[in-house]
Amino acid sequence: MADRLEARALGLRRTGRWLLRQVSFSLDTGFCVILGPNGAGKSTLLRLLSGEWRPAEGDVLLKGVPLERYSLAQLALERAFLPQQRSLAFAYTAREVVALGRLPHQRHRPQNHEDQVRIEWALEQTGASGLAQRPYFSLSGGERARIDLARVLAQDAPILLLDEPTNHLDPRQQLEVLALARRLAQEGRLVLAALHDLNLAALFAERILFLKSGQLAALGSPDQLLKPALLQEVYGVPFEVIEQAGRRLVLPALPPDGQ
Amino acid sequence: MIFGARKRFVLILALLLAASMLLAASSGAYYIAPLEIPRVLQEGLEGAYVLLNIRFPRVLLAALVGGSLALCGAVLQGLLRTPLVEPGLLGLGGGAALGALLWLSFFPALVWGLPAAAGLGVLLTLVLLLRLAPVGGEQSGVRVLLMGLLLSTFFSALIGLLQFRVGDPQGRSLTFWTLGSFGGANWELLALTAALALPSAVVMLRLGRALNALSLGEEEAFHLGIGVEALKRHALMLVALGTGAAVAAAGNIAFVGLLVPWLVRLAVGADHRMVLPSAWLLGASLTVLADLLARTALSPAELPVGTLTTLAGGPLFLFLLLKEGWRGG
Repeated sequence: MADRLEARALGLRRTGRWLLRQVSFSLDTGFCVILGPNGAGKSTLLRLLSGEWRPAEGDVLLKGVPLERYSLAQLALERAFLPQQRSLAFAYTAREVVALGRLPHQRHRPQNHEDQVRIEWALEQTGASGLAQRPYFSLSGGERARIDLARVLAQDAPILLLDEPTNHLDPRQQLEVLALARRLAQEGRLVLAALHDLNLAALFAERILFLKSGQLAALGSPDQLLKPALLQEVYGVPFEVIEQAGRRLVLPALPPDGQ
Repeated sequence: MIFGARKRFVLILALLLAASMLLAASSGAYYIAPLEIPRVLQEGLEGAYVLLNIRFPRVLLAALVGGSLALCGAVLQGLLRTPLVEPGLLGLGGGAALGALLWLSFFPALVWGLPAAAGLGVLLTLVLLLRLAPVGGEQSGVRVLLMGLLLSTFFSALIGLLQFRVGDPQGRSLTFWTLGSFGGANWELLALTAALALPSAVVMLRLGRALNALSLGEEEAFHLGIGVEALKRHALMLVALGTGAAVAAAGNIAFVGLLVPWLVRLAVGADHRMVLPSAWLLGASLTVLADLLARTALSPAELPVGTLTTLAGGPLFLFLLLKEGWRGG
C-alpha cells in the first residue's frame, strides 16, 4: 500500500524565485519535524502538502493519489492544518472555536454526540478543558495557542500539519505540546511539524527533515542527522553536540568574531 | 449555548414576530383589537377591508423586508469578517435605488422588473466596492467602510438627480429611497418582493457552516474544506438579491442589517448557524414594530421608517466602532 503522504519533486516559484525545489520524500506515520533556517521553505512545504498552494512542479500524493483529485471536503477529512498566523472574527467562546474543527464532519448533519465527544477529547489532550467556556478574545497568547491546537485535533484527521505549534508557549507548554504530537503519532497518525528549536526536535522527533534554501538537505532519525557537520551545512554556523545522560544537546557555537 | 436553549430562542423569536405582526395589524387610525381580527374577517365586518387591503400587505412586507435586510447584514458581516458593515452603510442600498430608478427611467411601465434591477444595482456596487477596497489585511474593515460611505453619499446625490428625470407612477421620492417607507405596500408588491427575497433567504440560511469556517480566515476555511471563492460568489449574489428586493419595495431602511445581527450575537453567540435564522426573525419583528411606530407616533402624519431605525442604529454604530477600536473585527 502507498504511503500516506508522498512528495514527488515538489517545486514552487514565487515572484521569479524558487521557494522550494526538487523536494521528494515519503512518510506514512510517526512524528516528523521539519527544521531549517528562516526562509528555507518550511511553511511553503506545509502549505503545498495541505493543498493550499499548488506546486509549480511535481506532485503531492495522498495515499498514492494526487492531491488535486480530492475534493476540498475530502481533503478536510484527511488532513488538518495549524497555521503560524491565526485570526478570528466574532466573539466565539473557546469551546466554539474548537467546535469549528468539526465542521468538515457536519456537511450533511447538525452537531451530534460524536462531535461533543471529540471536542471534549481535544480540549483534554491540550490541557484546555478549563478554558472552554471563556471568550476566545479574553485568552492569553499561550491559551489561544492551545485552543487552536485543540481545534486542529477536533478535526480528527489522520495527517496533522503543524506550522510552529510551540510559538507563544512557555517551556513547559512546549514540552507538553510536542509530547502530545508524538503520542498522536504513536497512535497511528502522521504528524508533521515545522519547528525552530533543535533541542526540542532532538527530544521528541522520530524523524527530522532538514530544508535548506528550498531544498531537502536530509531526512532521517535524530541520531543520524543531529551531527555538527550537517547542522553547520544547514544553518551556516558551527555547532557543538553534547551527549549527556542519554540526551542530546545541540548548541550553536559563538560566531567567529566572538561577540 | 446548548441545543435545547438554542431551539427555544428561535421559538421565542418566532412568537415575538407573530405577536408584533398581530399588534401592527390591529393598530392604526382604525383600531381593531388583535383578538377580534379573525371574527372581523370571517363576518366581513367594517374593518375587514382595512385589514385585507392595507394592514396585512403592509405588515407582511415590513416583516419580509426587515428579515431580508437583517439576514443580508449578517451574511455580509460574516463574509467580510467584521460586525461593522451592513448593506445600507456600504452603499448597497444606494446602488439598489439607483438600479431601480434607472429601470424606471427606461421601462416606466414594467414595475415587475424593479427588484431585479435593484438587485443588479447592488451586485455592481458590491463588485465596485471590492475592487476599491479588497478584503483581507489589517485595515480592510475600515477601508471597506470608508469606500462604502463614499459610494453611499455619491449615490444619494445621483438618486436626487435621477428622480427629477424619472416619471415614477408611484411618486417615490428621494425621502423614500434614502429613508424608506412601507406606504406603497399592496399584495402585488408583496408577491414581487417575496419572489426574490424568500428564495434567497432560504439559501442564505444554509451558509452558516461555511461562514463559521470563514471566521477563522480564508486559509483556515480552505483547510476545513470550504471553497472560499465559490462561497463569496454565491453569498454576494444572494446578498444582492435580498437587498435589491428589499430596497425596491421599501427604500433604504438603514441600520437594520447592523443592529439586528449585533443584538442576536449578544444573545446566542457567534455561531452563524444560530445567528442567521435568528437575525431574520428579529429583523422582521423589529421592522414591523418600527413601521408601526412610524405610522402611529405622529398620526395622521407618517414618519419615514428609516428615521427610527437610524435613530436607534446610529448611536449603536458609534458604540461598536469605539469598542472595536477601528480594527474592524
